[in-house]
Amino acid sequence: MGRLRSAPPRYWLVAVAVLFFIGLPTVISSFLASEWTLALVFAIAIMGLNILVGYSGQLSLGHGAFVALGAYTSAILAHRYHMDYLVTIPIAGLLTGIVGFAFGFPALRLSALYLALATFSLAVVAPSLIKRPKDLTGGVQGILISQPDPPDFARNGFATITGNAMTSEQWIYYVTLVCALILFWLAWNLVRNRPGRAMRAIRDGEVAAAASGVNIAGYKTLAFGISAFYAGVAGSLYGLAIGFVSPDAFPVSLSIQLLVGAVIGGLASIPGPLLGAIFAYFLPIESNQWVPSQTWIPDQITSTVKNAGPAVSYGVVLILVMIFARNGLVGLVMSGYGVLRRRLRGAGDRETGQMPPDPQTA
Amino acid sequence: MGRIGPRLAAVAAFVFAVAACGGSSGQTAQSDVGVTSNSILLGNTNALSGAAAAYGTISNAENAYFTYVNNNQGGVNGRKITLKVLDDGYNPANTVPLTHQLVEQDQVFAMFSGLGTQTQTSVQGYLNGKKVPQLFVATGATTWGKDYSSNNWTLSWQPPYQGESHIYAADVMKNHSSAKIGVLYQNDDYGQDYLKGLTDGLGSSASSLIVDKESYDTTATSVGAQLTKIKASGADTLFLFTTPGFTIKALVTVTVLHWEPTIYLNSVSNPQVYMGIAAKSGAALKNVTSVGYIKDPTDPQWANDDGMKLYKTVIANCATCNVNDGFNIYGVAVAYTMVDVLKQAGQVMTRKNVMDIAASNLNENNPFLLPGVKVKTTSTDHFPIMQEQVITWSGTGWTLQGSLINERGTIK
Repeated sequence: MGRLRSAPPRYWLVAVAVLFFIGLPTVISSFLASEWTLALVFAIAIMGLNILVGYSGQLSLGHGAFVALGAYTSAILAHRYHMDYLVTIPIAGLLTGIVGFAFGFPALRLSALYLALATFSLAVVAPSLIKRPKDLTGGVQGILISQPDPPDFARNGFATITGNAMTSEQWIYYVTLVCALILFWLAWNLVRNRPGRAMRAIRDGEVAAAASGVNIAGYKTLAFGISAFYAGVAGSLYGLAIGFVSPDAFPVSLSIQLLVGAVIGGLASIPGPLLGAIFAYFLPIESNQWVPSQTWIPDQITSTVKNAGPAVSYGVVLILVMIFARNGLVGLVMSGYGVLRRRLRGAGDRETGQMPPDPQTA
Repeated sequence: MGRIGPRLAAVAAFVFAVAACGGSSGQTAQSDVGVTSNSILLGNTNALSGAAAAYGTISNAENAYFTYVNNNQGGVNGRKITLKVLDDGYNPANTVPLTHQLVEQDQVFAMFSGLGTQTQTSVQGYLNGKKVPQLFVATGATTWGKDYSSNNWTLSWQPPYQGESHIYAADVMKNHSSAKIGVLYQNDDYGQDYLKGLTDGLGSSASSLIVDKESYDTTATSVGAQLTKIKASGADTLFLFTTPGFTIKALVTVTVLHWEPTIYLNSVSNPQVYMGIAAKSGAALKNVTSVGYIKDPTDPQWANDDGMKLYKTVIANCATCNVNDGFNIYGVAVAYTMVDVLKQAGQVMTRKNVMDIAASNLNENNPFLLPGVKVKTTSTDHFPIMQEQVITWSGTGWTLQGSLINERGTIK
C-alpha cells in the first residue's frame, strides 16, 4: 500500500492510459476501433523509430520500407503458405529486425546527413522493388488478406460486456493493443538499462562514449535492428488491419509521416510515440474532413487544405511544435508540469540548486 | 443477464422489423440505408492530392451535376442527392479506411465513381462482401467488366483500356505496319492493362514491332531515363500509357531529346487543357493520336450542341472547375448515368435493384458523349461504354478521324 501511495504520478497515468485503450472498443463503433488500430500500429512503428532517432541519434527517412517488409512477410506467409496470421507477426518482426541489423553496418560509415539520404533511397525504391518478384508479392495487384474472426473466448467475453458479438475489427484492435503494450514495455526497459544508457551516451558524444568503453558499432547496429523489428511488427499488423497490402500503400510519404509523428510526440520519450502516432494518423484525416466543413474558414484556405490536406496540416502543426514545444508534446507536458509543481510548492525549491530534469530523457 | 442482451435485442429487432413491414404493406416503396424520402447519400474517394491530383476535379464536376439536378429538377423522384467525397491521395492504404468510414459511419447508399485501379481493387472485396454497390468506378481496367460474375457489386463505366489499345493496334497495323514501337507505361494494373491490350491487338507481330517497354512507378518524379532508353532503342513510335502529370513530363521530354516519334496517347490523359500545358512547357506535340468518346468542351463543332450547352450550365455550379477540362465533362457525363439509374429505380431504392439496373438494364443516350455512343449493359455484357473514335492533335485541339469503332464483344 505504501508503495502504491508513493508511486510517482506517471505510473498512475500509465494505468489510466492502459485502461482507456482496453475499454475503448466497448464504447466506440467497430469502424472507429479499426481507426484506432491503425493509430496503435503507427505508435509501434514510431516507437521503433524513436529508439533509433531519439535514443541512438541516427536519422532514418526510410522506415516505411521496413514497415513494407514486415507487411509483405506476413502477407506472403499467410497467403501462400497458409500460416496463421498471428504466428506470422513475430516472424515478420524478426526477419525485418535482421535486415535492419544488416543495414546498420553500412550505416556506421555514414554521418547523419548521408545516413538520412541512404535511408531515404530505401524508401524510394521499396515500392518498385516489391513489384518485381510478381509471383511472390502479387506484383502491382498486391495481396488480399482475409481478416480473422475473433476466437470464441474473446467473442463471448466481449458480448458479456457490451451485448454485441466481437467483430474482426475489434479483435484485430486487441491483438494490436497487446503487441503495443509488450513492445512499449520492452522499450521502457531497454532505455532505462545498459543499452539505453549506452545509446544515449553515443548520441550525446560519440568520442566520450568510446572513451568510456561503450561499443559504438555494436550499439548503433543494435539500435537499427531493434528499430526495424518494431517497424516489422507494425507492418505485419498494418497489413492485417487494412486487409490488403500493395506496393503503393508504402510510399515515401509514409516514412515522412512516421518521422513527423516521432518529432511531434517528442523524441527520446516513451509516451511520445503514442501521442505522436495519434497525431500523425488522425491529423491528415481530420484536417481533410474538418476544415472543409467549417463555414467560417475562408474558401481559399478550405480549398487549399482540401487539395493538399496532409501536407498543409503537417506543415502548420510542425511549425507550431517547433516554435512552442521544442521537445514535442511530451516535452511540453513535462515542462508545464514542472512549472505547475514549482508554483504549488512555492518559490523555495527554485533556489535549491537541483538540476532540472533533462526533457530529452523524460 | 449479460448473455440475454443480444437475444433480447434480436427479438426486439425482429418485432420491429415485422411491424415495419406491416406498416409499409400496400406500398411498393422500399429502400436501403442511405436513402430517405427526400435524400440519397452517395460516397466517393478520389485523388484530390498526390501524383494523380489532376483527376480530383472529376468529383467536383459530379457534385456540380447533382447540384443541378437537385436545384432544377428537385432531385430524383423527390430525393436530393448528396455526394460525400474523401481524398485518398491515390494510395490504396488510405482508400480502405476511408471507404469503411463512408459505408459504416456515414452510411452511404452506394459508392460512386471511385477513382483509380489499384485503389478501387483494394476495396472491391470489402464492398462486394457487404453488398454495397461500387458503381461506375473511374478506371477502365478490363477486370471490372470481365470479372463481373465474381464481383457483381462492382461496375465500371468508361471504355476498357484493353479495347482502347486494340484500336491503337489496328491503327498501327493499317498506317504504320513497319513501326518500331516503344512503350512507356505506369507500373500498375492500369498501365499493364493497356500494355496487354496492345500486345493482344498486335497479335503475332507484337514481339517484332515492340522494340522496348519501359515502366515507371507512381512515386517517380521523372520519366527522362526511360524515354532516353526508348529513344536509344531505335523506336519511331511511342506509346504513352501514363497519367496526366507524367504525360506532360513525357511529352516535354520527347521534345527536349530532339526526338519526333509518332505518339499514341492514352485517353485518360488527353483532355485539351493538359495538351495545352504540355505545349506551353515546350512540347512540340507532332503526330499525336488518341481516342475519344466524350465531347471535347474546346472543340468548336459542339458550340451549338444541346449537350454541350447543358454541360456549360451545369459546370457553372462548380466555382473551382475549369470549363475546358475534359475531366469535368467526364464527371458530368458519369453523374448523368448515375441519375438515370436512380430515376429508373423509382421507388424501389434498394441496393440490389439499383445494381441490377446499372449492370444489366442500361440503354442510355448520354448527351455528353459523342453522337452514337451508347451506355449499354445487358445480362451478358457488363461493359457500359464500348465505342470510341480515333482523334489526332491538330496543334490547338483534337480532330475526330473516321467513324466510331465498336469494341463490343472483342474482350474475352
